[in-house]
Amino acid sequence: MKKNFGIIAAFDTVPQFYQACEQVRDAGYSQWDALTSFPIHGLDYAMGVRRSKVPRFSLAGGITGFCTGMSFIAWLGWVEYPLVVGGKPMFSPMFAFPVSYELTILFTAFATIGGMFFLNKLPMHYHPVMKAPQFVRALDDRFYIVIEANDPKFNAAATRDLLAKAGGKDIVEIEE
Amino acid sequence: MSAHVSDHPAPAILAEVNPAPIPRAVLVEHHRDFHWITEKICGLVEGKTPVWWWWCFGCASIVASFTVGGLTYLVSTGVGVWGHANPVNWAWDIVNFVFWIGIGHAGTLISAILCLLRQKWRTSINRPAEAMTIFAVVCAAIFPVFHVGRIWFAVLPGYLFPFPNSNGIWQNFRSPLEWDVFAVSTYGTVSVLFWYIGLLPDLGTLRDRFTAAGNVFKARIYGFFAMGWRGSNRQWSNYEMAYLILAGVSTPLVLSVHTIVSFDFAVSLIPGWHTTIFPPYFVAGAIFSGFGMVLTLMLPLRAICRLEDLITQYHIDCMCKIILATGTMVGYAYSMEFFIAWYGANPYEGFAFINRAFGHYAWAYWIMISCNVITPQFFWFKKVRENTTLVWILCIFVNVGMWFERFVIIVTSLARDFLPSSWGYYSPSIVEIFTFFGTFGVFSFLFLLFIRFVPIMPMSEIKAVIPAADPHGAAKH
Repeated sequence: MKKNFGIIAAFDTVPQFYQACEQVRDAGYSQWDALTSFPIHGLDYAMGVRRSKVPRFSLAGGITGFCTGMSFIAWLGWVEYPLVVGGKPMFSPMFAFPVSYELTILFTAFATIGGMFFLNKLPMHYHPVMKAPQFVRALDDRFYIVIEANDPKFNAAATRDLLAKAGGKDIVEIEE
Repeated sequence: MSAHVSDHPAPAILAEVNPAPIPRAVLVEHHRDFHWITEKICGLVEGKTPVWWWWCFGCASIVASFTVGGLTYLVSTGVGVWGHANPVNWAWDIVNFVFWIGIGHAGTLISAILCLLRQKWRTSINRPAEAMTIFAVVCAAIFPVFHVGRIWFAVLPGYLFPFPNSNGIWQNFRSPLEWDVFAVSTYGTVSVLFWYIGLLPDLGTLRDRFTAAGNVFKARIYGFFAMGWRGSNRQWSNYEMAYLILAGVSTPLVLSVHTIVSFDFAVSLIPGWHTTIFPPYFVAGAIFSGFGMVLTLMLPLRAICRLEDLITQYHIDCMCKIILATGTMVGYAYSMEFFIAWYGANPYEGFAFINRAFGHYAWAYWIMISCNVITPQFFWFKKVRENTTLVWILCIFVNVGMWFERFVIIVTSLARDFLPSSWGYYSPSIVEIFTFFGTFGVFSFLFLLFIRFVPIMPMSEIKAVIPAADPHGAAKH
């Protein structure tokens, strides 16, 4: 027999859904999620989600990019291919700046996207909630709360009750 | 896990100050709901291919074949097939390059700068505008890559990109042309990444809809690119941060790209090029031409696909006003160039500008002035902004004018440089004309594929700006 993944409940309007998220948060659940077709303003607060860590990846990427540009051009000028052009120095951070600047941006962009994929655990082509009935409407016009069975506070009856009281509809259990 | 106090959507001060409601323009007309938006935009991808699309696609392919033919002839014969000759050794290739790269800038302005400025009207136009950016960069890249003649040397072993090669030769990193290689390739790459990240949630929607409809093949394809996006708020949290950072880095990127493009000229010593006004002047011109192209594309698209509820009169108004603002900046730059040429008391500089306005290329100069300075002034009038046909025609003039601006800057300055004995008059060869004409086909070809296979508007962003998306129930008021 398959393991139970959790319980999913559907909501029709944003305000109702927002309040339901606050109730689930206040009930002390930690292994749960909200599925929405667009980012709802302030939902992170309603869910108790901490500020994203993506910027750390971006900063690391940006510093790497800038240092790559500067050190590459310095290496070319001083070591690999010393060539006097117009009596100018072999290396100066001034003329190396535009290229280093572009590489800063390029590496930041890659690191940001890589960091976002990493933190979101993407690509993940299979997830139990995708099997849920009417999941097709999660990225359309309905809003879902999923509470996972491995949450320490999970109790099939009590959790279902909480979601129903918050206004959830079509509450079903989904398999792993 | 508790949230940080500063994350609270409604700061405590709001209760005390009771801010006055600000009247906001409606971004989606007719009170459309979430499902209508999904159906409308997915419907364009899921429906049968319309007849007009095939006609346009056929025409675009034929026009694009001119570029393919022109470039094949160039590579098989040599760069001599272009009309470049002393003293005009830079001509249509770089004119076309700057023209196309400039067009791309409006897409990034809409997606990045307007995002940072929280201009919500960007939502329904940012996807097609970003697509326009990418395709414009593709058209632009054709010229620098092919002007080296033997294109297989452009990339490896490194006429343009620094790769180790058997000659042991490296690029000159003191040259703005090498900076340009990095600027444009970074710009192209980051634009694609930004566009793709914006697409992720919408591809997820299409995947789920194709799965529900039983179309496994398309569900697999869209699912592959959707990367398993499932709209979880824990994902959205990282996603929104990533999007914001990408907008944050794309803003200095877009400004730097055209700044560096202008360095190609400004760092040289040619009269008419060697001016410090170039970077801001080029950036304003790029945004001006880009918005001209956005409207050129968006107005027919809006009419054919019946998108009036999503691209409202307010959107058109906003874009016309940006064209007016940047067009006026460009006009100011033209007059300031003239003023400085006189005030700087450099006879060569002074001659270059008198020659532009009254010399052999005066016809091009006055086309430029009338298209770029006079045309946008019509957008002061509400009546004009509300007449979409007229707006479209004026935007065509903007496109034409901005091409001529680059032509005037580049060709007139080179044709009359320091030594009268080397003066000349440049005319393009038929190969150049065909190659440039064909790039419009290449661009349309790519854009048509985009509107057929990709959701043309970011559903997730449009849904977020309608009243029903307010968690505190603005829809009820």
